[in-house]
Amino acid sequence: MNLLIKGGHILDPSQGLDAIGDLYIVEGKITWVEPLKEKRPLGKFAVIPASGLLVCPGFVDLHCHLRQPGYEDKETIASGTRAAAKGGFTTLCCMPNTKPPVDSQAVVEYVQRTAHTEGVVRVYPIGCISKGLKGEELAEMGELAAAGVMAYSDDGQPVTSSRLMRHALEYSLAFGRPIIDHCEDKALSADGAMNEGWVATRLGLKGIPAAAEEAIVARDIALAELTGACLHIAHVSTAGSVDLLRRAKDKGLAVTAEVTPHHLTLTEERVMGFSTQTAHHTASALWYDTNAKVNPPLRSEKDRQALLEALKDDTIDAIATDHAPHTIVDKLCEFDAAAFGISGLETALGCLLSLVHSGQLDLKLLISKLTWEPVRILEIKKASLFPTSPLPWGLGTLQMGAPGDVTIFDPSKEWVVNPNTFASKGKNTPWAGCQLKGQVMATVVAGNLAYRDDSLRLEGQSA
Amino acid sequence: MRTNSLIKMERHHIIDLDDFSQEEIALIFATTDAMKEILSREIRRVPTLRGKTIVTLFYEPSTRTRVSFELAAKNLGADVVNVTSSTASVAKGESIIDTMRTLEALGADVIVIRHFQSGVPCLMAQHLQISVINAGDGCHAHPSQALLDLYTIREKLGHIEGLKVVIVGDILHSRVARSNIWGLSAMGAQVVLCGPPTLIPQELRRPQPLKGGECPFPPLTIQENLDRALEEADVVMVLRLQKERQEGGLLPSLREYIQLYQLNSARLSRAHLHALVMHPGPMNEGIEITPEVAHGPQSVVEDQVTNGVAVRMALLYMVTGGKG
Repeated sequence: MNLLIKGGHILDPSQGLDAIGDLYIVEGKITWVEPLKEKRPLGKFAVIPASGLLVCPGFVDLHCHLRQPGYEDKETIASGTRAAAKGGFTTLCCMPNTKPPVDSQAVVEYVQRTAHTEGVVRVYPIGCISKGLKGEELAEMGELAAAGVMAYSDDGQPVTSSRLMRHALEYSLAFGRPIIDHCEDKALSADGAMNEGWVATRLGLKGIPAAAEEAIVARDIALAELTGACLHIAHVSTAGSVDLLRRAKDKGLAVTAEVTPHHLTLTEERVMGFSTQTAHHTASALWYDTNAKVNPPLRSEKDRQALLEALKDDTIDAIATDHAPHTIVDKLCEFDAAAFGISGLETALGCLLSLVHSGQLDLKLLISKLTWEPVRILEIKKASLFPTSPLPWGLGTLQMGAPGDVTIFDPSKEWVVNPNTFASKGKNTPWAGCQLKGQVMATVVAGNLAYRDDSLRLEGQSA
Repeated sequence: MRTNSLIKMERHHIIDLDDFSQEEIALIFATTDAMKEILSREIRRVPTLRGKTIVTLFYEPSTRTRVSFELAAKNLGADVVNVTSSTASVAKGESIIDTMRTLEALGADVIVIRHFQSGVPCLMAQHLQISVINAGDGCHAHPSQALLDLYTIREKLGHIEGLKVVIVGDILHSRVARSNIWGLSAMGAQVVLCGPPTLIPQELRRPQPLKGGECPFPPLTIQENLDRALEEADVVMVLRLQKERQEGGLLPSLREYIQLYQLNSARLSRAHLHALVMHPGPMNEGIEITPEVAHGPQSVVEDQVTNGVAVRMALLYMVTGGKG
């Protein structure tokens, strides 16, 4: 089916496009965009009326957990990709901490095959750094690259040994793929359940200090400088990490970073059920809210502001959801016993747009951080044993000939978050019951509708 | 129109003291006075809570708090069921939410909960219609202990306002200290925290005002030197030192802790002559406190235990709808 997305506000930061116009997708590829001078295509089209809506490249998520194989009660590739489509994401890079972990060609191929048959958006697996995520021996990174992984990460089980991390960075040079590190000094974070700060002190919960992240960010940057390898810091959460990254970038190191929607919009006070800074109140239904338990933890307002600044000055390159779905049983329990993580794919756009609506973030910058910038991080470096990228050319952009991956959203449509309507199996969201402004109306992957809001009606047109 | 005090008396759960006003604590004192009068009778039992069922649910070993609540409930004529973690279906893998819902369905009117993890009483209060009384959760709060401490101070010294109260020891892991900080401050006492810096939370040692200049904690003084902290003190609360703290790397040795932070007679002489020595128990005599001080003339440790029953009778009476 050929698609015509008609009369929308087309926003494509990759080519500086910001205009009202039509967008044609023929045979799964972007064929014509209004402001361009080429000839408008002819034929039969299904028309998406997009007047008043924003039309941009499909969002690319560098960091999510699809849980399959092994934890299908939390999420499957089928449910996770549907959640992605509902949230406007057309490309997912999924973390390897499944069971078994993605440390062999067989598991990579299982994920790829399942995504192909059951998924509705593009899925690119990330491979392990170490065998079995144990942090002892390197995984067979060459085999993983040949099988098609985008990057390597021991997300959730950060590499403790500095020596192994050094070797991982060095060895990765042969394949031109970045190492993604979840930076956490486990000896320092120990049994911590939330940010170390006044809320943890008040609630009697053990804290995870900012230094637990910063110590490893500093280590990894030093190792990136030593080895010359590509390092990507996952879910940056503290002002101190931002300072370290800024200095690394000033030095010209191949270091990139991502931040999550929840670290940009929430603070540690959400664990006490509120977001405004007031100290005196009575115990509410949201005290010890396990849906606000996430790793790295929600930090202070000072950290949140620093992350926002870093996003604006490109110290932080991209936004990634760290979508971490869990079952109700994993969350409906004692705070210390609850699993870390937020099911974030379906609320990402709505909560990020709250930053735009409140004047804290520019819309074009936001879209850039969700589309073009993450793809640049994944670009395979030339001096590689495997110079061809498993990523098709043209993700994160609406350039002519690019894959027809498009997200269409209404920036001012208000909706109330109801986890029971999530496509994700993970209902663990700190935004339940919150009113968000901005909702995805349709998500197109390779010219096919992966998601369509019930209120959006397609029309037929011949030209 | 309902008066403010009546509204407060209808408090359904008791989770912590952080939102108790001076008036409300005074009201608990008045109710406790009445309960003490009952305890002084020859037959120390009234039928006020006859037909009510109180369940004590303890996920952590405890003698004095559990027995204290049990006696308090029985003195008021209630039926008491004791559940401990070894008998609870937690041993069979039941989630805590299911355990609490089961107890509610079985007809409990009040659950008294002790748990080693912070926030569990709060979790129960969020999921249950019946009353929840926190009998100590993790490092978070122990409101009945703090209330009996406050009551004992008032009983012995006549008032609390303006007193210098020194809390010595492992503040970091102490729910007793945390609840006392709120209660003492509400009553106008000056609170001094004393202990090695590794055992005092960062946020209390170096408080950061929030946006708007508000401080998330009551005003506190931190004094690492016990001799100096004790000068002019009216009350010394000694906390139990868990021996595992040394293994956790928080202390070099018990020997050094004893040298620096043990309350002994020489140190106590720096405080006022009338100064009270308190301990929430159980005591490690010879570690945080010497036997002479623990059982000396200034010690009110046994009064704390006795008053505990009366305070808990007052709390049970209040949450079951007593009107004072």
